[in-house]
Amino acid sequence: MDICALTLTQTMHLLQKKEVSAVELTQSYLNRIANLEPHIHAFITVDSQGALQAAQLADTRRTQGDATPLTGIPLAHKDIFCTQGLTTTCGSKMLAQFVPPYDATVTRRLREAGAIILGKSNMDEFAMGSSTETSHFGITRNPWDLNRIPGGSSGGSAAAVAAGMCVAATGTDTGGSIRQPASLTGITGLKPTYGRISRFGMIAFASSLDQAGPMAKSAEDAALLLQVMAGSDPLDATSLPNPVPDYARSLQQTQLQGRKLGLPKEYFGDGLQPEVRTAIEQACAIYKKLGAEIVSISLPHTSYAIPTYYIIAPAEASSNLARYDGVRFGHRCVNPQDLHDLYFRTRSEGFGSEVKRRIMLGTYVLSSGYYEAYYRKAQKVRRLIADDFQQAFTQVDWILTPTSPNTAFRLGEKTQDPVQMYYSDIFTINVNLAGLPALSLPCGMDKEQLPIGLQLIGRPLDEANLLGAAHLFQQETDWHQLRPKNLDSRTEMINLP
Amino acid sequence: MPIQVQNVEHVAKLARLEITPEEIHLYTEQLAKILELMDQLNQLPTDSILPMAHALDVELPLRTDTVTHTNQRDLLLTGAPDPESGHFRVPKIIQ
Repeated sequence: MDICALTLTQTMHLLQKKEVSAVELTQSYLNRIANLEPHIHAFITVDSQGALQAAQLADTRRTQGDATPLTGIPLAHKDIFCTQGLTTTCGSKMLAQFVPPYDATVTRRLREAGAIILGKSNMDEFAMGSSTETSHFGITRNPWDLNRIPGGSSGGSAAAVAAGMCVAATGTDTGGSIRQPASLTGITGLKPTYGRISRFGMIAFASSLDQAGPMAKSAEDAALLLQVMAGSDPLDATSLPNPVPDYARSLQQTQLQGRKLGLPKEYFGDGLQPEVRTAIEQACAIYKKLGAEIVSISLPHTSYAIPTYYIIAPAEASSNLARYDGVRFGHRCVNPQDLHDLYFRTRSEGFGSEVKRRIMLGTYVLSSGYYEAYYRKAQKVRRLIADDFQQAFTQVDWILTPTSPNTAFRLGEKTQDPVQMYYSDIFTINVNLAGLPALSLPCGMDKEQLPIGLQLIGRPLDEANLLGAAHLFQQETDWHQLRPKNLDSRTEMINLP
Repeated sequence: MPIQVQNVEHVAKLARLEITPEEIHLYTEQLAKILELMDQLNQLPTDSILPMAHALDVELPLRTDTVTHTNQRDLLLTGAPDPESGHFRVPKIIQ
């Protein structure tokens, strides 16, 4: 039995029955990481020592009868979550040496549940990107085809889960950064309602859009992670006070009979890869078979989401990233002549080109004389986009779309043209603007054997039924069980630079 | 009028970024393309629309004004690039 091929739920049962110890499990994952990492590069930091120590504690805890469902489960954390004592880079040279003095709330909650941190996964610099190619620490490759991108910005987490280099992972999603890589690597990824999970200690990109979430092998696994990650937090005033339901239980109770799934016609225009269209149609047929009704709906402002997002997100980013000044933490230039020189050289050396582009864009749209024309205008259109969804949810229970218009593209294919890269998120960013929960789950393969993802969007705080609807689909299909074949032997044949 | 080289130079200065002459031209070209995309929003009449600053209409909670995290100066200085005697040291500001 290959232990690294198991789901979180299966692994949890093995640990509970004491058929495997957390130390054995962790060592198996560390071995697999050692074998695959040179080919995939899913991690920025691997913490073998810390992981094995945590595993020993987890085993002791289990012996004492104090285990939770996640005790002893080896995870990868996106390198955007602060981990006390463990380097947290956010994919940037600016934070290459940054060792946080505290844990993010997400990190702390998962640690307290007994989950193990194998390492910190690769990501686009400051989560700005859709391919993990803007990381200062090098690219991550898609385990299904090593010449292709894994999506982004949580591409390291997605690749690690797909390649069996961790049981599950954490990610963050500002415009699709959990769902798009989940789709492109054939895993299940959930972006919860804005505010469902605390953002404390999660390095800020665009604060009104950022949200953490689980990336896993199934909806059932994602529910177990969300259970621990979700909940209000006094350290994040935007975290929601609503009680956290028992997701694992409610997952089993979702009914599709008589429920309505809406298909927004704006998501099925030209530019959709034909195989993606076919896979989504087949998924609809399965939902019909499960008793749901498929309804055609309209989200009329869909096409305005990209320009709206690329005003609001860079505006917030330019403000958030003003803190990197070389004074208190992070990179500092050598021998600054004066304060002006300190700021300019520190920031110019520390940030990569996509981050600089977005800071400049954000600074421009907020600058005197342009604020009304761009930023204010975008905030108004944001409301129109959010109202579209609100209107749609008076007619349907969930909205069903493709997660990405295409399967994984080739490395370097879109790096020269920022606008083309921005369009990779065309089906996901609307959801962030509206603050809604949405997940991506695998629903097919194209002729190149690359995974296709289906996106389900739900009402605010309805993660339980969203996961339930995904779980029912995964009971009927086995797309989520497919894994890249012969990864170990295939990787040996590819020489990496 | 599309964004000009001078605008990009000005914005880079506001953002405290040093940009090389080659980068200036690349960024001007790319930003012009991105801003062109944004001009699509002008097709929409929005005079009567209330701007949306936050994803959900919730009131921010207040807490009592009590100290929860006492002095952590030394811990917070561990990440400082140039700490000295409990301070962050920076180049001379007043000549």
